[in-house]
Amino acid sequence: MIQVRDLHKQFHSLQVLKGISLTVEKGKVVVVIGPSGSGKTTLLRCLNALEVPTSGTVQIGDVKLDFSQKPDRSRIPLLRRQTGMVFQSYNLFPHMTALQNVMEGPVTVKKEDPRKVQLKASAILAKVGLADKVDHYPAQLSGGQQQRVGIARALAMDPQVMLFDEPTSALDPELVGEVLKVMKELAQEGMTMIVVTHEMSFARDVADEVIFMDQGVIVEQGPPEQIFRQSREERTRQFLQHLQVRD
Amino acid sequence: MFPNNLFENPERLNRLIDIAQSSFLPLVKGALLYSITIALVSFAVGLIIAVLTALARISGIRPLVLIARIYVSIIRGTPLLVQLFIIFYGLPSLGLRIDPIPSAIIGFSLSVGAYSSEVIRAAILSIPKGQWEAAYSIGMSYTQALRRVILPQATRVSIPPLSNSFISLVKDTSLAAAITVPEMFRKAQEIVASTYEPMLLYIEAALIYWLICFLLSILQDRIEIRLDRYV
Repeated sequence: MIQVRDLHKQFHSLQVLKGISLTVEKGKVVVVIGPSGSGKTTLLRCLNALEVPTSGTVQIGDVKLDFSQKPDRSRIPLLRRQTGMVFQSYNLFPHMTALQNVMEGPVTVKKEDPRKVQLKASAILAKVGLADKVDHYPAQLSGGQQQRVGIARALAMDPQVMLFDEPTSALDPELVGEVLKVMKELAQEGMTMIVVTHEMSFARDVADEVIFMDQGVIVEQGPPEQIFRQSREERTRQFLQHLQVRD
Repeated sequence: MFPNNLFENPERLNRLIDIAQSSFLPLVKGALLYSITIALVSFAVGLIIAVLTALARISGIRPLVLIARIYVSIIRGTPLLVQLFIIFYGLPSLGLRIDPIPSAIIGFSLSVGAYSSEVIRAAILSIPKGQWEAAYSIGMSYTQALRRVILPQATRVSIPPLSNSFISLVKDTSLAAAITVPEMFRKAQEIVASTYEPMLLYIEAALIYWLICFLLSILQDRIEIRLDRYV
């Protein structure tokens, strides 16, 4: 489903990604962990070209972009159509209701019939537990509710892959659960997901594979039991220890 | 003694009331037919110019940025009255003769375009980057993101400063009197020429301008309340 080859990303003189290669099978949930500045968010943003990689290739579904040559900008929207993105700060459209937020992609981008889209969007909002909030504006919703609208908005485009960029980091602790629950349900339905998060319990319970990144490289990857219990790398152990101390 | 004179001289008082009454309708007509109409048309055209100029400024494409900057600099750096004179009295010497009303509309539109482009540019830049990213992430193009996500929010931010611009513009239409547009202020001048009552007529014109601007500021409040419903 996803193939990343030798991905590099440089901001001026700062090398953020130093050759990332990654394969994700359809229906798998990959959780990316690592200290801040490790490049995990940049990796996620390179997958839908919100950041344009300096070099390397990204393939999602049948869309393949080679950034080593001069990238064909007209194909970037194709890549984005394969992916749904959920942001740390939700980034809902504040001038639209929850329903309008979810309908916006299918109606404006895919030019689908608004009446049909409305039914579909209502159904998705009901699925994330917001059937009674469809006509609320983002400002009238809690953080957890906003983030669930964010997930619904991404799902409405029928993406092949869902990308989550620290989806619960901006939430009050008591609101984290409702968002993780929706994400778990998605995983159970077989959605391919890449999740950047600090929620180690989510990684432990839901991930098929955990990737530990540090300083722009993948230090270690494997099933959660292996990463959390018997990590081979000293850096991984240090990072996890540091988390446990904090918990 | 002017005030004493006035009240000891009922004939003069009656004459003033007469002139005030008979001039009111022509003045209001001049305001509605010309001042406000010219202001509305110029503002609409000016806003289109302003959005395009703002987009050129933030495009990062050098020639576009340069053209936008030069345009804004020239319009902001020269008096509106001088611009109107150049368009109406100057261009004919190059063989380009433009009627008074179109001349006024061109001058005012260019002026609104330059001043408001800065307002709109600031408003667009004030929208968080995450809004662009969210729009792109659901597959939108630049134009779609701008039209559906950014400009609607930028509009809300720019209503107060743009209302200011519009109110200024309504008053600035009085400058069109100097290029023979028969708007309210020119009407007032004409009536002064035949009645020799400058104080009365100019105060009357001032009051009508004030009334119009007062109504506009009420309208502004309503628009702001309507646009603020989601924040």
